[in-house]
Amino acid sequence: MGNMNEVPSGPIGKSLRRREDQRFLTGAGTYTDDVTLHGQTYAVFLRSPHAHARIRSINLDAAKKSPGVVRIFIGSELAEAKVGGLPCGWLIHSKDGTPMKEPAHPVLAQGKVRHVGDQVALVVAESILQAKDAAELIEVDYEELPAVIDIVAAAGMASSVHDDVADNVCYDWGHGDKAAVDAAFAKAAHVTTLDIVNNRLIPNAIEPRAANASYNKSDESYTLYVANQNPHVERLLMCAFVLGLPESKVRVIAPDVGGGFGSKIFLYAEDVALVWASKRVGRPIKWTAERSESFLTDAHGRDHVTKAELAMDAQGNFLALRVKTIANMGAYLSTFASAVPTILYATLLAGQYKTPAIYAEVKAVFTNTAPVDAYRGAGRPEATYVVERIVEQAARDMKMDPAAIRRQNFITTFPYATPVGLTYDVGNYAAHLDKAIAMADIPGYKARKAASEAKGKKRGLGYSCYIEACGIAPSNVAGALGARAGLFEAGEVRVHPTGTVTVFTGSHSHGQGHETTFAQVVAGKLGIPVENVEIVHGDTGRVPFGMGTYGSRSLAVGGTAIVKAVDKIIAKGKKIAAHLLEAADTDIEFENGEFKVTGTDKKVPWGSVTLTAYVPHNFPLDKLEPGLNENAFYDPTNFTYPSGSYVCEVEVDPETGKVKIESFVAVDDFGNVVNPMIVEGQVQGGIAQGLGQAMMEGCTYDKASGQLLTGSYMDYAMPRAMDVPNVKIATTNTPCSHNPLGVKGCGEAGAIGSPAAYINALTDALGVVDVAMPATVERVWRAAHGMTA
Amino acid sequence: MDVPISLTVNGKAVTANIDPRTLLVQLLRERLQLTGTHIGCDTAQCGACTVHVNGRAVKSCSMLALQVQGSEITTIEGLAPEAGLHPMQAAFRECHGLQCGYCTPGMVMSAVQLLADNPKANEEQIREALDGNICRCTGYQNIVKSIQFCQSGATPASA
Repeated sequence: MGNMNEVPSGPIGKSLRRREDQRFLTGAGTYTDDVTLHGQTYAVFLRSPHAHARIRSINLDAAKKSPGVVRIFIGSELAEAKVGGLPCGWLIHSKDGTPMKEPAHPVLAQGKVRHVGDQVALVVAESILQAKDAAELIEVDYEELPAVIDIVAAAGMASSVHDDVADNVCYDWGHGDKAAVDAAFAKAAHVTTLDIVNNRLIPNAIEPRAANASYNKSDESYTLYVANQNPHVERLLMCAFVLGLPESKVRVIAPDVGGGFGSKIFLYAEDVALVWASKRVGRPIKWTAERSESFLTDAHGRDHVTKAELAMDAQGNFLALRVKTIANMGAYLSTFASAVPTILYATLLAGQYKTPAIYAEVKAVFTNTAPVDAYRGAGRPEATYVVERIVEQAARDMKMDPAAIRRQNFITTFPYATPVGLTYDVGNYAAHLDKAIAMADIPGYKARKAASEAKGKKRGLGYSCYIEACGIAPSNVAGALGARAGLFEAGEVRVHPTGTVTVFTGSHSHGQGHETTFAQVVAGKLGIPVENVEIVHGDTGRVPFGMGTYGSRSLAVGGTAIVKAVDKIIAKGKKIAAHLLEAADTDIEFENGEFKVTGTDKKVPWGSVTLTAYVPHNFPLDKLEPGLNENAFYDPTNFTYPSGSYVCEVEVDPETGKVKIESFVAVDDFGNVVNPMIVEGQVQGGIAQGLGQAMMEGCTYDKASGQLLTGSYMDYAMPRAMDVPNVKIATTNTPCSHNPLGVKGCGEAGAIGSPAAYINALTDALGVVDVAMPATVERVWRAAHGMTA
Repeated sequence: MDVPISLTVNGKAVTANIDPRTLLVQLLRERLQLTGTHIGCDTAQCGACTVHVNGRAVKSCSMLALQVQGSEITTIEGLAPEAGLHPMQAAFRECHGLQCGYCTPGMVMSAVQLLADNPKANEEQIREALDGNICRCTGYQNIVKSIQFCQSGATPASA
């Protein structure tokens, strides 16, 4: 690979405007609901109105006679057809060595419903209105059961979400060296403790989930259009674990996708039901979630209750961290649910600090609520919230400057093996903290605080120095930790005779701008115009393989697979050029789109080589195959570790509870940056989601009935333009040491780092230990008046 | 029982027979294949479905198609001349005012209305006027910047 950190010249590093924008801005994007297939029917799912109930009977007589009804399917028919349940992709073992409980996750309810919105019947009709009319005529006789909603109480409740998991505990997991932690606590000069809740969130991509499935009789194949972040994974899970179909007979297309944030990673029941039913109906079936269905059935995020303790010596050096968390799985195990509060959470609890001993216990429980799974950050926001809140509190307890206590405990030598299983390859935490302090004008803070106080306001300052791990890797280690999938990425680079290039990537873009960024990488490597590179993604019928986009992995893992394929193209191009130039292969160098004989002025341009590859008249056919088309699979040797320092400054009006963000500074180390404009956009969006969590968003179920109280945009507080501030953004750079682009990952950082910065600032202003997220105006007002927030 | 409707969409006369329950957004998307107008919610909150009816921005998910009998409708597809971009569209591209693109058509239609109503809107007024359009990707910072760029009349620097 040569110098691993070498950044090729050309378009890499430039804020090129996005090529995908033309279609998005003119209404020419093609999202799943925009796909209309000849003869398509429309689906509506009848959903449970109860959080927990036994189904005594289902009467379809009236519904079947409703005008326009094509077919109605219920769970018993799927059971007879031996349609499997939805699988979970990560096996966690409890402390006692037993595997996690994996109760059945049926595609349509089998005798019982377990959350409001659980799917009971699939109605297929000639029009969406007719399907809705018919669904209303289905009579379901429910026997209501007590709902398990509160996660702290779940494990001790008499009622069980699943009959085969009597105590509602999915697993009780431990991670780290408990004995070392206990020993460190025993000799600590001070212990800071914190009880915090990481509030449950609803992802709310603005494009609702949607699917359109069809069966082709001529070759007995299925095609599924679906709003999804990883079409190959969707196909693998659906074929291998649920429907028992060969992948060769199933094509999954995820066209333009209107935001994912994790919620479109998963294999959902609706996707499977539609594919299965499309053969029985004999016509395409289309389903698009209404927003209320998205609220009820998209996998939710976060939902942790945590007790954390930090042991320190008298100088504020961190000795040990002990964390106990209860995590909500919801009613069923969604695709990666089990990994989020374990592998993606406890492994990040070292943060940026050299805390020598860390131990975490995580109890995952089932409740009668929607499944909970990865949402932007997935485990790392929860870990960062624990670490950065308790570190801030430790500074207050020790009467130390919050920046100073962090700096004092920063890891400064790399590579660094944490006590929770990760090895950070590179980093320079003081660099982004210094830059953030400068940008936030900390020296001027005292005067600003005095000015606020003079007008009866309270001002506070909060830091958050987050670490994050992107691109889960390597596959064999992940496998040993319970992953049931590989975590590599695939790429194909197809050079056409005229020298233009089509790149097929297993990553998927749903807002991240891959069509621009990846084209910059390839054009930069090949020294050709960006316009000559086309990026194809999101179609198992065109892209050889892929693991998709989540966990900020696309450029570091998917981009590297492409780079490896490009390297193969260049290597073969050199051989063709050597033949054309009558030189030795080893004497050819490739630069700026030209193959040259080293030390001479003999050269041949890119286009001549590509044309020769496909018109091989003057070609070493005895030694080399014609054509110029290469594949690569890349399995990373390690995660990448972006890190950053965020500083938030707020002013609180204690009379009203209103909080104004006076300044929010984010300095991130993402390694090398290919397109700064896109990276900045990712950080802005991530921070808006993180501040949404901290300030306003909170999924709320009625504790008794299990009804979702925040089931629409009129009840769930989505951040709007007036709610989020302009943020000041900068980057520092320690290039990733183990991928050729030196890149890390920027998609989730904002959502990971920002909640702690905000709540630290708010609690600093109010002089309280905690204000629970979301820190609504009411909670702030109560905290400002000495009441429980 | 279907009923007839006639209206003008993006400058072209349209007639159709529709179920009276048909929403304007359904007429546009399903009958006229103008799929640039999106549906993001069912409570008239997200604004992804915003179009112009007789020159006013409206949420097409909360109007029956029959209510716009005889009206002139402009959708995102008809905002700019063929193959070109409206200055607001160009500004969104220039300032990275979109990511996944799903809220974008509605956001652009609202933004055009916003500047038509208040060409000199300051940042606070811009943010207030965007209250009816939800974006989950951008954090709004670059949307505001895009509208300000359009307001300034500047020409995009990079193609």
